Amino acid sequence: MIRSEILKEIAPILRDQLVVCNIGIPSQELHAIDDQPTNFYMLGTMGLASSIGLGLALSQPKPVIVIDGDGSILTNLGTLPTIANNVADNYILLIVDNGSYGSTGDQPTYAGKKTSLAAVAQACGCENVVECQAEDTGAALQAALDSGQMTIIVSKCESGNAKMPVITMDPVVIRDRFMKAVQAS
Amino acid sequence: MNIDKKITDDLVANDISFVTTVPCKQLAGVIDEIDAREDIFHVPSNKEDEGMGLCAGAWMGGKRPAIIMQNTAIGVTINTLATLIQYYRMPLPMLISYRGELREPVACQVEMAVHTKALLAQMNIPTYHFHHQADVEELDAILKYTFMCNKPVAILTDANFWGGYGDQ
Repeated sequence: MIRSEILKEIAPILRDQLVVCNIGIPSQELHAIDDQPTNFYMLGTMGLASSIGLGLALSQPKPVIVIDGDGSILTNLGTLPTIANNVADNYILLIVDNGSYGSTGDQPTYAGKKTSLAAVAQACGCENVVECQAEDTGAALQAALDSGQMTIIVSKCESGNAKMPVITMDPVVIRDRFMKAVQAS
Repeated sequence: MNIDKKITDDLVANDISFVTTVPCKQLAGVIDEIDAREDIFHVPSNKEDEGMGLCAGAWMGGKRPAIIMQNTAIGVTINTLATLIQYYRMPLPMLISYRGELREPVACQVEMAVHTKALLAQMNIPTYHFHHQADVEELDAILKYTFMCNKPVAILTDANFWGGYGDQ
């Protein structure tokens, strides 16, 4: 399975939740598969999806799912200690770990070599870390939502991208409709 | 006047309830004060761009954020300021320790000090420079201005403002 197949499979779970989605092709894929006002698409700023999602989870009570990538976590590796030490039980970090920088031409990441992001997350102090195969991502995500505990999911999948259009929505529109969705009861 | 308390009081009075910090010796007192306040959720961050991500999320979650950092961080956060805070039009007060100015003992700090205002100007970031302790009287108005215009705003606070740095 590649990332876009995972996103298609988990789209029904994501639909009713606040989602912060990683820069580049992941956001393009999610936008094309199931655009929702509850989705915050990152158009730039590689690495900060997990931080934005944590700030959001710490500031309001609704569940927040961050869809991140192994390359972006490696870019902002300092995020994992911050997550571990500021526990928000409405926070789920889903790392789609395809071992490559997908948006830039599938160059290999160290997560696809010797570095285990699940082990790094545990070493940083994250208490609920689940590593799963791509096919099991939906079940792991639903279990994390049901648990009501902060969870880090590392979903191991194949490298590759679906051909999706670039997001042309204005960033202020993305942000404004997302904030209205956050505030909606 | 206890300057750390005055700054923290202004943050609280402006409903700022989420503050992320990367430390600087000059900022130690205000960071301690913020950490002690029940009205403020304090999240130390490992790098300033990470901190800006946290602030962006907090703001979208309904809290007014602020970041406290050193001016060297301007070199770290240019991309985040342009593609996250400015692109999505978010307010972000940045209380910045302006190292490398008058009364600075560490020569290397001057190397980023000489670029700080030029970089902020290039980014079209409204910038205020606190040099005398009385300058803090403007902080309340600067915070109101920041949340009026939804922009990142820099408040540079130099060693003279803090009463000197180290033994000189």
